[in-house]
Amino acid sequence: MRYEFHWSVLWSGQTGGWLLQGLLVTLAISGLAWVLAVALGVVSGALRTGPWRPLRAGAAAYVEFFRNVPLLVWMFFWYFGVPPLLPAVIRDWLFDHGAEFWAGMLALGVYHGARMSEVIRSGIQSIPRTQFEAAYAMGLTPGQVYRLVIVPIALRLIVPPATNESLNLLKNSSVALTISVAELTFQTRQIETYTARAIEALTAGTVIYLALCLGIAWIMGRVERRFAIPGLIARGGA
Amino acid sequence: MFDLGVVLNNLEFLLVQGLLGLGAFGGGTLALAVPAIVLGFLLGIFVGLARLARSPLVRLPAAAYVEFFRGVPLVMVIFWIWFIMPQLLGMAIPEYGVALTAFVIFEAAYFGEIVRAGIQSVPRGQVEAAASVGLTGAQTMRWVVLPQALRNMVPSLVTQMIVLFKDTSLASIIGYVDLTKAAQIVNNREIRPLELYLFIAVVYWIFAYSLSRLARRYEHRVQAA
Repeated sequence: MRYEFHWSVLWSGQTGGWLLQGLLVTLAISGLAWVLAVALGVVSGALRTGPWRPLRAGAAAYVEFFRNVPLLVWMFFWYFGVPPLLPAVIRDWLFDHGAEFWAGMLALGVYHGARMSEVIRSGIQSIPRTQFEAAYAMGLTPGQVYRLVIVPIALRLIVPPATNESLNLLKNSSVALTISVAELTFQTRQIETYTARAIEALTAGTVIYLALCLGIAWIMGRVERRFAIPGLIARGGA
Repeated sequence: MFDLGVVLNNLEFLLVQGLLGLGAFGGGTLALAVPAIVLGFLLGIFVGLARLARSPLVRLPAAAYVEFFRGVPLVMVIFWIWFIMPQLLGMAIPEYGVALTAFVIFEAAYFGEIVRAGIQSVPRGQVEAAASVGLTGAQTMRWVVLPQALRNMVPSLVTQMIVLFKDTSLASIIGYVDLTKAAQIVNNREIRPLELYLFIAVVYWIFAYSLSRLARRYEHRVQAA
């Protein structure tokens, strides 16, 4: 294979700006979707371990339905399927204000909320029963037991799996290119289209994703150590 | 307003062509998912074993492989293979070959981590006991470690299979006619996105959910034993 590299296509002309814009859109859509996913995940994950049967069933239905269908299908569903159901005024407003971004954000957030829910549920379930019993014995209400005792411990326990899931969310934001959200992978393709330099463009995108993922994993590793509760979370071996 | 007629009228195209891949377009979700799972797992066994190798010449490249593919989006890997493979081989590659290659290479990194964790979950005493009854290293792996490791891996393996099954929808991006692409094709003609995408969501759901139920039943059986 003979291929002459022209790395300068990455910073000559508009391409550098495109990459930067793509990175910013990726961060924005992932950041907003992450907030939504964590909110949905915490609420539904906590409800699934709670004592109220109808709420438990509702939360389980949400998790099982959304996480067992491909994200790409949810993207199409929220972008093409839902807007026709909205009143014309709202629909027109949305399509004037980046409907694909909001649809992609919703798809990403709701899908990963279901996956985050499983992480949080298993975190809560790994807390010893005695913690619940001690909290109830102190006279706390069920709401207080969760807010003051269980969730603060569970949040620390779940740092590693939640980090993993957050990185999955970041990587999955690339699927939003299918509904033409101009995120990083989309811009990488655009550079390839304009310059016909596929390998250079793909390398740039790949390196940015790698740096983001490895960087976040490193920071979260430090957070995990910083907030660990001594004695409660046994650090095995290393 | 909600009209399932569009699904019924195109049911054969969606299921026979899109899901099974028996039709004019080739393609098919299952025709891609099943070989991708089998080959991805086989390559994953080698990756997992390589990560546990004593020699750093084997261990470090395997670790780099895993870290690399777990740090980039699958969509990116699909585009890489799409551009690189025809250049390397000097000929056009059908979408099926591109998609299958991308999935196997990408998923082997994830399967490799599962295999490694499974092998590490077998207590050290098992290996020592095997050595003390005179088994060689390969025999220990084959008869003592792997059978126990595989049992421990089953839940995470099934989870990864479900992930891969859902990921095959991404092959539609490069034009492979799977269930998702079939729904897109029908939608371009009928403009009934809500019904069509909800319908394929249900089809994907049935497969993924049954697999996860099966895994849960297996876990209960193993715990009971």
